[in-house]
Amino acid sequence: MNVQPQGQQAPGRVEIDRVSIRLGSGAGAFQALDEVSFRLAPGEFVCLLGPSGCGKSTLLGALAGHLKPVAGSLALDGVAIGGPAPERGLVFQHHTLFPWKTVLDNVAFGLKMRGVAAAERKKQARELIELVGLGGFERHYPGQLSGGMQQRVEIARVLINRPRVLLMDEPFGALDALTRLKMQELLLDIWGRFGTTVLFITHDIDEALFLSDRILIMGPRPGRIIETLEAGFARPRSAELAMTAQFAQLKRHCLALLHHDGVAPVLPRLTPLGAPQARDLQFAI
Amino acid sequence: MSIAAEITLPAAPASPRAGWALWPWQAWATRLASLLACVLLWHWAASTRVHLGLVTFANVPPPLEVLNAGRDLLQSPKLLKHLGASLYRVFAGFLVAAIVGAGLGLVIGRFARARNALLPPLEVLRPIPAVAWIPLSILLFPSSEASMIFITFVGAVFPILLNTIHGVEGVDSRLIASARSLGTRRLRVFTEVILPAAAPAIVTGLSIGMGTCWFCLVTAEMISGQFGIGYYTWESYTLQNYPDIIVGMLLIGVLGMGSSIALRQLGRALMPWQRGSGQ
Repeated sequence: MNVQPQGQQAPGRVEIDRVSIRLGSGAGAFQALDEVSFRLAPGEFVCLLGPSGCGKSTLLGALAGHLKPVAGSLALDGVAIGGPAPERGLVFQHHTLFPWKTVLDNVAFGLKMRGVAAAERKKQARELIELVGLGGFERHYPGQLSGGMQQRVEIARVLINRPRVLLMDEPFGALDALTRLKMQELLLDIWGRFGTTVLFITHDIDEALFLSDRILIMGPRPGRIIETLEAGFARPRSAELAMTAQFAQLKRHCLALLHHDGVAPVLPRLTPLGAPQARDLQFAI
Repeated sequence: MSIAAEITLPAAPASPRAGWALWPWQAWATRLASLLACVLLWHWAASTRVHLGLVTFANVPPPLEVLNAGRDLLQSPKLLKHLGASLYRVFAGFLVAAIVGAGLGLVIGRFARARNALLPPLEVLRPIPAVAWIPLSILLFPSSEASMIFITFVGAVFPILLNTIHGVEGVDSRLIASARSLGTRRLRVFTEVILPAAAPAIVTGLSIGMGTCWFCLVTAEMISGQFGIGYYTWESYTLQNYPDIIVGMLLIGVLGMGSSIALRQLGRALMPWQRGSGQ
C-alpha cells in the first residue's frame, strides 16, 4: 500500500468485516445487521440498495462513527473506526445545515473546527459553493433555499474537509424527480473531480444503476448482503443511459432480487443515528 | 399564574395568515380602541359606584383621580429614586436569573445525569411563590437590598430555566451528529450547535422571566423601607392613598411590558435567521 501525504486526497479504502449491530433497548431491541462484510476500493462509487428498514442506514451510521457494532470491525485505510471524524463525510436524507449560519458559514464550518483562519476558510468555501452551482447565495440562510439547494450546500459543507469517503444516506430521496436527476449528475461530476470513495444508500434502483460502479443489494431484517452487481456502464454517464437495453436488463434483475422474499413486512425507516425512539418523559413539565 | 397567558402573547403581533388581511393602522387602531374602552369602562364603573354583590367599585378611584395622582408623582423628586431603585432590583435579579437559569438549563437539558441530580430539588422549589420566600430571604441575606434582589431572582429564574431545558432537549440530534462528523469537539458542540439551536427558546424564557421579575417587584419591595415603585404601591395602600396604588400598579405594568418587548426585539436582532421564514 502506498501512503499519501497528509491532508491530500488519501486512498479511502473501506473494510467492513462481519459487522453485527443491535438497535433499541430492552424488549424493543433487535438485530439490525447480521455479519455484514464487504470492501470498498479507493475511489469506488458503491450503492447500497435495499428495502426500507433493512439496515442500510444503520451500516452507514456505523461507518460514520455514530453507532457501535456489537461484533465485527470497520476500518478506513487500515485504521479502525472509533467515532465521528471529518475524514468520513456524512450526508443525511434531509439537510442538517445550521439554520443560524449563512450558506458561506455553513460550508466553512469544517475548516473553522480545524482552526483555519477566517479569510482562508471563506475563500475555500466560496470555491466549493461555486462548484455546487450556488454562487451568489453565500449570504442566504438555509431556510431561504429550496430542498435541492440545501442538499448542494450540505454536500459542499462535507467536501470542504476533503473526506476520504463520502457516506450518503438517500441524499436525494426527498427531492422531486427533475431536481434529483440534476443532483445525480452534479454528484457524478464532483466525484469525478475529487475521486473520493462514495458509499451511497438508496432504495431507488434507477438511481443505484445510474450512479454506481457496483451495487450491493441488502435483504430485510436482520440486514445482510444478498448479492453484488457490477454496473459497468461507461462514464461519463448521462440520463440517456436509463433508456438502454443493458440498463433495463440489470434493473429487471434488481427488481427480482428485491422481491425474492415475497411479501415482506414493511419496516420503519432506520436512521444513521439508530432506531427512532420515544423520549422518556420524567419530570415532564 | 400569568405565565401561561404570556406564552401565547408573543404570537399575536405577527399578522394573521388567513382570513382578513389587516393593514398596520387598522391593527393599531384596534389596539388603541381596546385600551380606551378599558379606561372608559373603568371610569363608568368607578364614577357610578357599581355594586355587583361579590365585587364593588365603591372605593375604586376613577381614572381622572389616578391621572392627577400620576401627575403629582411625575412632578415629585422622589419619582426618579423610586424608578432607579426598582429598575436596579429588577435588572440585578433578572441578570443573575438569566445566568443561573440558562446555565443550569443547558447542562440539565443536555446531560441525563445532571438532570437526575439537579432537577428534583428545583422541582420542589419551583411552586413556592415569591411571597413565601420573604421571611427566609430576610434571614438569608444581611442586607435588605440583597434579599429584594433575591425575590426578583426567584421570580425570573424558573421560566428561564424551564424554557432553556425545553430548548436544549428540542435540538435536532442530527445537527449534533453532523457537527461531530464535521470535526466538532465536545465543548464546541455546546457553543456552536446547542446554544444557537436553543437560542429562540432561551429568548422566550428570558422574555417571560422579565415579566415575572416585575410581577414579583411589589413582593420584593415589601421588605424595603424607603424607595421603589413596589414599595410606593404598598405604602400607598397602608396610607390609604387609593389613587396612588393604581398609579404604582400601572407603572409596574407599563415598565414590565416595555422591558419584555425590548428583550424580544433584542432577540430578533440577534437571530436574523428567524425572520421571515416563520420558523
